[in-house]
Amino acid sequence: MPRRIVIGIRGVGHRVIDSIWRLGYAARFFTLTLLKSGTSMRRFSLIIRELYFTGVLTMIIILVSGLFVGMVLGLQGYETLQKYGAETAVGTLVALSLVRELGPVVAALLFASRAGSAITAEIGLMKATEQLDAMGMMAVDPIARVVAPRFWAGVISMPLLAAIFSAMGIFGGYLVAVVLIGVDEGSFWSQMQSSVDFRFDIVNGVIKTCFFGVAVTAIAVFEGYDAQPTAEGVSAATTRTVVTSALVILGLDFVLTSFMFRGVG
Amino acid sequence: MHRTTMDLWVGLFVIAGIGALLILALKVGNLGTYSEAQSYTLIGYFENVGGLKIRAPVKSAGVVVGRVKDIQFSTKTFDAAVTMKIDNRYQFPKDTFASILTSGLLGAQYIGLAAGGDEGMLKSGDKIMKTNSALVLEEMIGRFLFDKASEDGDGGDGGTF
Repeated sequence: MPRRIVIGIRGVGHRVIDSIWRLGYAARFFTLTLLKSGTSMRRFSLIIRELYFTGVLTMIIILVSGLFVGMVLGLQGYETLQKYGAETAVGTLVALSLVRELGPVVAALLFASRAGSAITAEIGLMKATEQLDAMGMMAVDPIARVVAPRFWAGVISMPLLAAIFSAMGIFGGYLVAVVLIGVDEGSFWSQMQSSVDFRFDIVNGVIKTCFFGVAVTAIAVFEGYDAQPTAEGVSAATTRTVVTSALVILGLDFVLTSFMFRGVG
Repeated sequence: MHRTTMDLWVGLFVIAGIGALLILALKVGNLGTYSEAQSYTLIGYFENVGGLKIRAPVKSAGVVVGRVKDIQFSTKTFDAAVTMKIDNRYQFPKDTFASILTSGLLGAQYIGLAAGGDEGMLKSGDKIMKTNSALVLEEMIGRFLFDKASEDGDGGDGGTF
């Protein structure tokens, strides 16, 4: 019996040491990516290529889901607010919830599952088919050539995607509340403008998305680079990217929100 | 995919993103309607600010003329010192009256400025001399009950005379 307990404790210790080692490895990898970004910045066409794959191709899902999230917010907000005769405040509700929370978070979750998983699968498969090793043989640094451009493309496209998401969502809320239900258009916009502050709401939302962009793409490129070079390994790494990104986004969102919006009316 | 088509799409994507940010800033946010750059500060000391918040509007005759910038408790006068940013386009006489009002029954509180008749105008950093505190519901009910009780007392006295 004591022997079993010892084995159990040993298992816990092994896991803890493993995960700390992996965290340190990820941090070293992240630093290396940043150090070698200079080379990929000089070849900006590489980043543009990746911007197409991470940004432009993600835009469709962002546009459609932003529109629908805004429409649902408009509908639900109207249902609740009209009980108090405050249906003109639906613009405020839609805009504040999108700009502060839903825009950054939902866009980052979609970005992680659409672009992050693709980055991981691509880099993982490159590793499995020994393309990364081949690059190394030709004295081409795979981190500078493959990892850094994808990382920077993700960091650049995330705030833009979130802004598109929020704008689309507000348009969706406008469609439902003003065009469909018939809330007064003037008070819809003016109430929104009087309660959404540029510095406190919009800039803080953009800062959030920058954090999310760095976190999601860093996780995606690391998981791809660290994947077991087998078909199973790549699939496991892709799953890990999506799960870890989602958890990190939500956790980071709470921390950032508690710093940003404390004591702001 | 061809290089130039890719460039075109990326360009469209970046323009759409920046455009969305601009829409958020100008159409949704208050950047287009009010800028702090061209404004001057006024300070008002209130006995009680009630539920007044930072960024609450300062209105005169119902028109928004500025925003509350800061609310502090002053240990010299034991009052609340409210700093307001007023748009440069609007000047107020020296004997302007500032009171804390509520929009609607449950609405947010704001500062109402009522202009006086003085020739001189308030300058940046000036203090508003005449202020009126926020109405606190408990105090109001308390005063009402007190008045009611004393009224009844008076009525009783009147009966004996």
